[in-house]
Amino acid sequence: MSESEEVHQNLEEKKNPSGFFDSYTETSLAYDASRCINCKRCTQVCPHAVFAEGREHVELARPASCMECGACALNCPVQAISVQSGVGCAWAMIGAALRGKDMDTECSCGGDDGSCCSTTSKKSPDQGCGCGGAEEKTECSCGKKALD
Amino acid sequence: MNENGPVGSSCSCQASSGESSCSCGISQIRTTDSTITFANRLDHFLARMGWKRENHRVDPGLYQLGNPTAESPVFASANYTLSFDALRSSLNGFDGWILVLDTKGINVWCAAGKGTFGTDELVKRIQVTGLADVVTHRKIIVPQLGAPGISWPEVLRQSKFMVEYGPVRARDLPEYLKTHKATPAMRKVEFPLWDRLVLTPVEFTHIMWPMVIAAAVLWFLAGPFAALAAVAAVVAGTVLFPALLPIIPTRDFSTKGLILGVVVALPFAWLFSTTPGLPAWAQLTGAAATLLIIPAVVAYLALNFTGCTTFTSRTGVKKEIFRYIKVMAAMAVLGSLAGIALGVSRLLRAI
Repeated sequence: MSESEEVHQNLEEKKNPSGFFDSYTETSLAYDASRCINCKRCTQVCPHAVFAEGREHVELARPASCMECGACALNCPVQAISVQSGVGCAWAMIGAALRGKDMDTECSCGGDDGSCCSTTSKKSPDQGCGCGGAEEKTECSCGKKALD
Repeated sequence: MNENGPVGSSCSCQASSGESSCSCGISQIRTTDSTITFANRLDHFLARMGWKRENHRVDPGLYQLGNPTAESPVFASANYTLSFDALRSSLNGFDGWILVLDTKGINVWCAAGKGTFGTDELVKRIQVTGLADVVTHRKIIVPQLGAPGISWPEVLRQSKFMVEYGPVRARDLPEYLKTHKATPAMRKVEFPLWDRLVLTPVEFTHIMWPMVIAAAVLWFLAGPFAALAAVAAVVAGTVLFPALLPIIPTRDFSTKGLILGVVVALPFAWLFSTTPGLPAWAQLTGAAATLLIIPAVVAYLALNFTGCTTFTSRTGVKKEIFRYIKVMAAMAVLGSLAGIALGVSRLLRAI
């Protein structure tokens, strides 16, 4: 993605100087407003109102609220948004680290790389989360588990 | 789940024999309704308790709800009973079609994150069910939380169906369907007290047996209060922490857990520091071990709750791991060493 001035500007906004005991001030979300065609799909799919409708293109209104679910990037028809999507799940990441695997690729489900867990997994697809064989928890330990 | 055989089926293929073998236009259409029976509620309760978590499933495929026509709306859902039942019960009084994707018994959001509720499965399910021959329009209402797995341009290209993202919660559908426009509130995910509390039984049961063993060992080595401290630490980390999440100071889960852990540890530390008949150094060591181990355990459990929340980003959680795991480990090791020293000296004196 080409980094326009807008991207840098938005990155600056994300830096919260009062981030003491706050690890959640920055995310991997990057938005190139110059590519935006104002279809507003991102405003429909974002569960945290990170994007807001603007005059000619959507605005990156609340970047620090991004949870990196990847819905916006996947549903942007012109690739104006990029984000390293993944589930923010300490259990899965610590488990991966302990088993000597890459924390980033383990169960980095969703997003552009698609279905890492189910379709490409050699494990039984009937396992709840076949992600990297982490079977401590039977369902996807990546949470959001009991929501509908 | 409410299978009334092939309704409106134009062919003889069996749903159970696999989708690929069906060559005709429309495969089996099942029938469902909006009624939540006692059996459904029991199933929901067991799912929340973590009982046979994989087995709360609905058969994937196309369902008719009410008396839908070729113009009636199509709703996508997951084959997890809680997801499917939330959808069909919310559509009470509506006529429509429900396309249940095979998400291996996982809810929409989690499955979308893993890609099982995804573009490929949606396109495949549209084709397998012959949806294009059932309805005349080319629109499918997908729950908003399915979006992390769905690329609408790809679905359109591969299936000619246009994805319309409905509200986050199925219960908002009746309001949404009036205008097909979601309000900002319908688009936002919250994490209220009840949503946090329903997760706690599963969190607790995951760690229950290690806790029972630790409590038994502690009871034998250090008495009933030490065993109670182990139970208190786990309950604090898996039940109290989710309940109190927004009101515990600081933003990081680890620091929240440390703070809660110290609060929980203080009564026990006071108890051990005033144990009669022990030398002062033993009293202090006992208190120190308590103040080191309990906060470390609670903080670790708290950090693991990130996977259950609706808002933590991967970048942030990773940062937390790098920041705090070493601290937690050091506290736990130091506390354990203190406890072991105490236990050994006690055993030696007993001998």
